[in-house]
Amino acid sequence: MNWIEIVSIFAAAMAVSFGAVGPALGEGRAVAAAMDAIARQPEAAGTISRTLFVGLAMIETMAIYCLVVALLVLFANPFIH
Amino acid sequence: MISSPLNAKIVFTAGPIGVTEPVVVTWGLMALLGLGGWLATRSLSLRPSGLQTIIEMIVGTIEDQIRGTMRVTPAPYVAVIGTLFLFILAANWCSLVPGVEPPTAHIETDAALGLIVFFAILYFGVRAQGLVGYLKTFAEPTFIMIPLNIVETFTRTFSLIVRLFGNVMSGVFVVGIVLSLAGLLVPVPLMALDLLTGAVQAYIFTVLAMVFIGSALSEGRALEKGKRP
Repeated sequence: MNWIEIVSIFAAAMAVSFGAVGPALGEGRAVAAAMDAIARQPEAAGTISRTLFVGLAMIETMAIYCLVVALLVLFANPFIH
Repeated sequence: MISSPLNAKIVFTAGPIGVTEPVVVTWGLMALLGLGGWLATRSLSLRPSGLQTIIEMIVGTIEDQIRGTMRVTPAPYVAVIGTLFLFILAANWCSLVPGVEPPTAHIETDAALGLIVFFAILYFGVRAQGLVGYLKTFAEPTFIMIPLNIVETFTRTFSLIVRLFGNVMSGVFVVGIVLSLAGLLVPVPLMALDLLTGAVQAYIFTVLAMVFIGSALSEGRALEKGKRP
């Protein structure tokens, strides 16, 4: 176990843990706003939830990018042969 | 050690080419969906049977979604959008069959699907506005935006690919880890969550493809409207 591997594992953990914070807060805000909108205007629930899903997917992509980076660092690291 | 999610297992070799597992599963799904669609629509009648009613309901729902999202007549887009949705849904849910891994958990399949969307955007954009008209939409709202618009064309396809890959692959990966740590029957709730994620991701991939194609269609119409006094 050399230094590059240790740092890689640490970097992967850091990427996922800190990368998940922002999208989690953002998704929480988005869902809260959508709930508020549906409560005020229940007849628009279909449009709101469709837009909400697309928006959540957009926000979630940031967390997924972090996961992909973490997996690249773990499994396809260019510095480990 | 858990195998890397970026490598695919080779099932058999045809000459110098190794045929990997996702390719076999993809062709199986294509055969299943194609044969199923052909068999189910062989005897359509004006007084629908039970099966025909279900199929009409599925097609009608897809048409409604296209009408709601893109605000156009759905007929030219049902084929590509509906096929994308049904294929990704089937691909995400084929992990229900024991021993089969979803082909969308490998980035090659997602890249192929993303390329289909990329060329569909170009095709429908050029068809709706002509080549010059479509190229003009890159200079909107001002010509300073040209590099950004060109970069956006590629990055949105890339994010489409990575989103589907990341979601499905992480599901498979987590189930694998929990199975190796905890044992049989423990990952069942996670697999149920995977089914939900798979359906939502198929829906989102399709909705985003619809939004991108719709924007390629309607940017020209906004331009036309702006020219009018």
